[in-house]
Amino acid sequence: MALTKAEMAERLFDELGLNKREAKEMVEMFFEKIRSALEEEGGQVKLSGFGNFDLREKKQRPGRNPKTGEEIPITARRVVTFRPGQKLKARVEAYAGSEQ
Amino acid sequence: MTKSELIDLIAKEQNHLAYRDVELAVKCMLEQMSQSLASGERIEIRGFGSFSLHYRPPRQGRNPKTGESVALAGKYVPHFKPGKELRERVNRCHVGEKAGE
Repeated sequence: MALTKAEMAERLFDELGLNKREAKEMVEMFFEKIRSALEEEGGQVKLSGFGNFDLREKKQRPGRNPKTGEEIPITARRVVTFRPGQKLKARVEAYAGSEQ
Repeated sequence: MTKSELIDLIAKEQNHLAYRDVELAVKCMLEQMSQSLASGERIEIRGFGSFSLHYRPPRQGRNPKTGESVALAGKYVPHFKPGKELRERVNRCHVGEKAGE
């Protein structure tokens, strides 16, 4: 099982008493605002206790079509990276699950 | 953008919830996401991306001050893979700028 937007809305309904529509909108808006912030030049999103989303510029590099073996360059692009914060890292580090 | 700026933006954009409720909602969502990862559960948000755990095997580390060798246990670290929409939107403005030069 994975955490999804539906479960996040459910929690806002259960814990904060938002109605179903408000809860659904809230979850949508949360992720949409992060996406829009990252569309901006030099966009960075810092969520203390959780982590930071940063933008990185990638130069063009040689690539290969894995099926045909043909060489095709991977074009220069801007990508999003996530750096987990200290608090999240500490909480996750302790996890010793076996299903991974 | 920081967490409080994110809260401000959401509070401004809708008119049915008080600022305090938006603040609680954002904190609640981040706490739920952290809890999920801390219990080994993935997060899958369509159009945004997925968070999962990656395993780092045990290794020999070194105390940078003393140079002493220390055994470090294996551990899990959070990993984020951006989804298609996020990837495209972030890269689109990049491509757009280049074309507009």
